[in-house]
Amino acid sequence: MEAKQRVLSSVNLELTETWWMAFKDKIGRSWYRFRRNPISLTGASMVLLVILLATLAPYITPYPEAAGGFTDFPNAFQPPGKAHWFGTDAIGRDLFTRVLFGYRISLMLAVVVLSISVPFGVILGLTAGYFGGKIETVIMRITDVFLALPPLVMALAICASFTPTIEVAMLAVASIWWTWHCRLVDSIARSVKTEEFVQASQVIGDNHFRILFKDILPNCASAVIVKITLDAGFVILVGAGLSFLGLGVQPPKPGLGTMISYGSMYLPEKWWMTVFPSFAIFFLILGFNLLGDGLRDMLDVEAGGS
Amino acid sequence: MYSILVLVGLSILIFIIARMLPGNPARLALGPFASGEQVEHLSHKMGMDKPLPLQYWTYITGIFHGDFSLSFQTRRNVRLDIAHYLPATLELVIVAILWVLVIGVPLGVLSARYKDSWLDNVMRVIAFIGVAVPPFVVGLIGQFVFSYGLGIFPTTGRLGLLTPKPPSYTGLFLLDSLIAGEFSVFKDALQHIILPSFAVAMTGIGQITRITRGSMIDVLSKDYIEAAEAFGIPNRYTTFKYALKPSFIPPLTILGLTFASQLSNAFLVETVFAWPGMAKYGVRAILRKDFNAVMGVVLIVGLAFVVVNFIVDMLAGYVDPRIRLKEGEG
Repeated sequence: MEAKQRVLSSVNLELTETWWMAFKDKIGRSWYRFRRNPISLTGASMVLLVILLATLAPYITPYPEAAGGFTDFPNAFQPPGKAHWFGTDAIGRDLFTRVLFGYRISLMLAVVVLSISVPFGVILGLTAGYFGGKIETVIMRITDVFLALPPLVMALAICASFTPTIEVAMLAVASIWWTWHCRLVDSIARSVKTEEFVQASQVIGDNHFRILFKDILPNCASAVIVKITLDAGFVILVGAGLSFLGLGVQPPKPGLGTMISYGSMYLPEKWWMTVFPSFAIFFLILGFNLLGDGLRDMLDVEAGGS
Repeated sequence: MYSILVLVGLSILIFIIARMLPGNPARLALGPFASGEQVEHLSHKMGMDKPLPLQYWTYITGIFHGDFSLSFQTRRNVRLDIAHYLPATLELVIVAILWVLVIGVPLGVLSARYKDSWLDNVMRVIAFIGVAVPPFVVGLIGQFVFSYGLGIFPTTGRLGLLTPKPPSYTGLFLLDSLIAGEFSVFKDALQHIILPSFAVAMTGIGQITRITRGSMIDVLSKDYIEAAEAFGIPNRYTTFKYALKPSFIPPLTILGLTFASQLSNAFLVETVFAWPGMAKYGVRAILRKDFNAVMGVVLIVGLAFVVVNFIVDMLAGYVDPRIRLKEGEG
């Protein structure tokens, strides 16, 4: 009895070791590919820069009060210059400050939306793909209903029922975003469940829960990670669109979309009010897209673009 | 058949969300000065006091008779409003699809033919940028450069103030003016639509370029292309005659998705260009909580989506006999 256990544990140890080495090897190779890819490096540094700027916003800018409903009429409509890098708006708020704080809102939007919708979609997708049959039919038909409209229009329709705030916008976007992850994970789970290692787990009597999370989920991980990165840019884009239409971030909060919509009323004379927030949002979305594209090459997955 | 079920599901979903609203739609319709009695009367007339499933049934059966219920903001049947606003949006999206096909496909073909050349790299950068710029920003840049700066295109609207509307056959000004033979109106409408349609098309151009490139590269490495090249058939024939048709199928199948993204772009771009379309109507309806209008717009957008996907499937079958055969066998 004891001898058998010893053998078993040594086999186990060996397995763990080879698994660990394979993992290290894979990570090492991926990291090498990541480093060699100028696109993903650029994307990663752009995103990191924005995260840094957003986190340190109150310490970077000399006018942190401009993030709110502060007014300074003598300084209204200042063109970009030494004191105000991006100029000031109609009531004298420093636009550089507002862009930095706008980044905070955009990043928060992406984080909140994805951390609600991704786990939800992944779990539903796993369930649908693994169990198949009626469960899959019901879940996938529901996702089809949510996908029958473009995301922005669906989010608009959901926002319509509530007072427009950024929190409502976040929930509205989150309530449709799970569908994409559900579909992705469903298709992977459906193909993985026929693999031998899953059948082996079934044969030795592992319960469904264990199979789902230990055998199938790891196989979806890289596709989901790539999709999350690509999604972040897209979610921010949808959020900016909602704010632009007046259904997202409400003044005096500094939403990038809100600032663009507000600034566009003063085109073409006060161009800086539109140009800088527009560029800011473009920069962030481009960063996420480049990073996602690089990750896709690196992890070698087809995660379906967004 | 299945897509009709999806539409029914969509209508139920939106109906539930719309009715979750805190506050009485009748009160919203009548405004703050109406008496409680009036509100009660109207909500009874609108059937708001009936159970939710019954309300839904009344609404949905009404739609089959062409009755989309009243819009609170225009005080007309939503069907009339949609008939009034839909052609403008359709025109915008159709022209945008043309942009996508006319620009995206050739660029994709060229990128594939000259893979990894400077042209391919420039295209890659453009595609990345196209997906990362919000469509309303493309519109604003267009206005800034071409309207305020160069003065080539007008900033807003579908027609100049002094241009008479063409007689209404289809509601699409470009088509109507051509049918009526009014070329000056056509020119004016064309000038008005170029900027907004391009802003709508930008994301699609990037996507279609990338996908055409990818599938073209696949096809160009096939044996029959190599054989054609070995026979000494010039590049332009192998590219455009032999390779283009099969490599056009992947971009064609995602054209349905492109259409969807263009519809949502239209919601943003119409605001920038004061384009009197359905998206603008829908956004206003949402801001004023005009639910029957929101429902109508949502259902029409969903229907358009379904119809376009159907057309795309048909076209794919037409271009690729293999798809046709598969369906026939199944």
